[in-house]
Amino acid sequence: MSLKALTYVVVGFTFALYIGIAIWSRAHNTRDFYIAGKGVSPIANGMATAADWMSAASFISMAGLIAFLGYDGSVYLMGWTGGYVLLALLLAPYLRKFGKFTVPEFIAERYYSKTARIVAVICLIFISFTYVAGQMRGVGIVFSRFLEVDVTVGLIIGMGIVFTYAVLGGMKGITYTQVAQYCVLIFAYTVPAVFIAIQITGNPIPQLAFGSEITGTGTALLDKLDDIVTSLGFNQYTSGTKSRIDVFCITMALMVGTAGLPHVIVRFFTVPKVRDARASAGYALLFIAILYTTAPAVGSMARYNLINTIQPGEIGAVDGNLLYDERPNWFRTWEQTGLVTFEDRNGDGRVQYYDDRNPAFSRQAEAFGWRGNELGVDRDIMVLANPEIAGLPNWVIALVAAGGIAAALSTAAGLLLVISAAVSHDLIKGIFMPRISETNELRAGRVAAAFAILVAGYLGFDPPGWVAQVVAFAFGLAAASLFPVILLGIFSKRVNREGAIAGMLTGLLFTYGYIEYFKGLFLKWAGAPWGDNVAQNWLFGISPEGIGVIGMCLNFAVAIAVSTMTRPPPEHIRHMVEHIRVPRHRESET
Amino acid sequence: MHRDNRLAYWRANLRLVAVCLTIWFVCSYVFGILLVEELNAIRIGGFQLGFWFAQQGSIYVFVLLIIFYAWRMNHIDKKFDVHED
Repeated sequence: MSLKALTYVVVGFTFALYIGIAIWSRAHNTRDFYIAGKGVSPIANGMATAADWMSAASFISMAGLIAFLGYDGSVYLMGWTGGYVLLALLLAPYLRKFGKFTVPEFIAERYYSKTARIVAVICLIFISFTYVAGQMRGVGIVFSRFLEVDVTVGLIIGMGIVFTYAVLGGMKGITYTQVAQYCVLIFAYTVPAVFIAIQITGNPIPQLAFGSEITGTGTALLDKLDDIVTSLGFNQYTSGTKSRIDVFCITMALMVGTAGLPHVIVRFFTVPKVRDARASAGYALLFIAILYTTAPAVGSMARYNLINTIQPGEIGAVDGNLLYDERPNWFRTWEQTGLVTFEDRNGDGRVQYYDDRNPAFSRQAEAFGWRGNELGVDRDIMVLANPEIAGLPNWVIALVAAGGIAAALSTAAGLLLVISAAVSHDLIKGIFMPRISETNELRAGRVAAAFAILVAGYLGFDPPGWVAQVVAFAFGLAAASLFPVILLGIFSKRVNREGAIAGMLTGLLFTYGYIEYFKGLFLKWAGAPWGDNVAQNWLFGISPEGIGVIGMCLNFAVAIAVSTMTRPPPEHIRHMVEHIRVPRHRESET
Repeated sequence: MHRDNRLAYWRANLRLVAVCLTIWFVCSYVFGILLVEELNAIRIGGFQLGFWFAQQGSIYVFVLLIIFYAWRMNHIDKKFDVHED
């Protein structure tokens, strides 16, 4: 069977599986639709959370990103895992005890205020839509790359699939589909990684191969990598270029942002008990860690493979570089997609790959007769081409396609669901039509989900230029707006309505303003960005990616200061806080 | 009496959270970022230690921390008789 046919079969089979699961587990009432009837086992919820969390970007782009960034890529590895510690210790068990449907609902009740609820919904919709737009784009790209259809066609197929199981199944359908999607994506990710690890180091476990010697050389992989990248003028692989404070702040913004993302938090509403919420966070991170500890190993091995292929001989020797006519098959395949490009600048028929922005090395390169870097490599290639580089059979390549699509669909579905819940439960039932019937609310939820898919699809089809950037900023905004008020709502009995609203608005506006000032989002027409996005201009040397941390601190400070100056929360709120802090109350106490 | 029990339970929880978050901070921010260059002088196998913490070790510690916290909290829940059936 040809690769294309095989890919269609494998991907088609997974689609049939997802839709089958959605029909089997469709939602019958709002409890099912919003929180899967609170009946999900902690392990299943852990897998669903992991699939929800790991997007197309984690699956396809992250290893490549780290391959080119080296140590600087650590911010993503630590930042996108460490937030689960905060979730498990500070938020998940208490929000589960609270036992309602959405994040804004918690904020509304804890801060006894519809205004607070509306502010929370605005934060949630802003964060989730920017995030989902990037996912839908990812869905389209993954489809078009693997199934060789147009990006738009890919996007429409993806919308159709998500539509079927999100609208039909709600949270319950999504959860069980995500369990299946996790299994597909983790298998597809680790199989090629194991084979590459064996090829390079002889050790089958990628996490260990990462620190092993390259077969037959007696030199450790990372030492060899440091050696060859620096001798081609690139930065050393194991040390970074960003300032420490910036690395620190970006990591923290990503961690706290993770803990403040509504579509992640809401997953912990679906388990039966408080202790399940704690355990479930542990399972989720364990399942995520399997991919996140494999990714840097894949990144380093892929970078080593790439350079070894292009520069098999001595640097500067006439025959040290790969002859273009003798390029390997994967090079030819991915050249057709434009992910690998070659331009023979010095006309010697060989490929030169080096850092031509490094002035010292460029002078040396000129002496070799090199006229600039000739190879363009898209970072996505590091995962996509891995099976071919490792010479794995076609079914593995088909599996990687199914894995990439699973990663994109599962994340998009989770995000769309929190958007629809915010509209039907928080806005329609919570604010505008408190007496809406259960059946009608469920219907409203389905309509909202369908509408959200259309908007997300449109954003993915015609992405405003800023979508890619904003996905990173969604974390900063979540860190600066939602996380502090949820945390204070649990750990302080004194923080009140006025403090929470002032804190959320301060964090959101400050962070948004800083990003707008340096990157320009919505106010391009008014001349944004106004500042050059360079380290000398940044506040305390913190880039817009990391500024959410300052926004978070301001949110905390303002919320506490305003609360102490205004009236404390009413008595029943203090009782509510005491109630959510304890898993079970004795009969006599309730 | 019940109130005292609840307060004692909450304090035990906060102590455990504080211990876990200290380890969380040290293994990621201190070992992986602030002291990364100093730790890179130490090697384990083919890794420089600081780099290993930043790209592998911190993640393992995070997983273990959550499992440890969940396990200890079940214990504390029982001790203060607030566990779910």
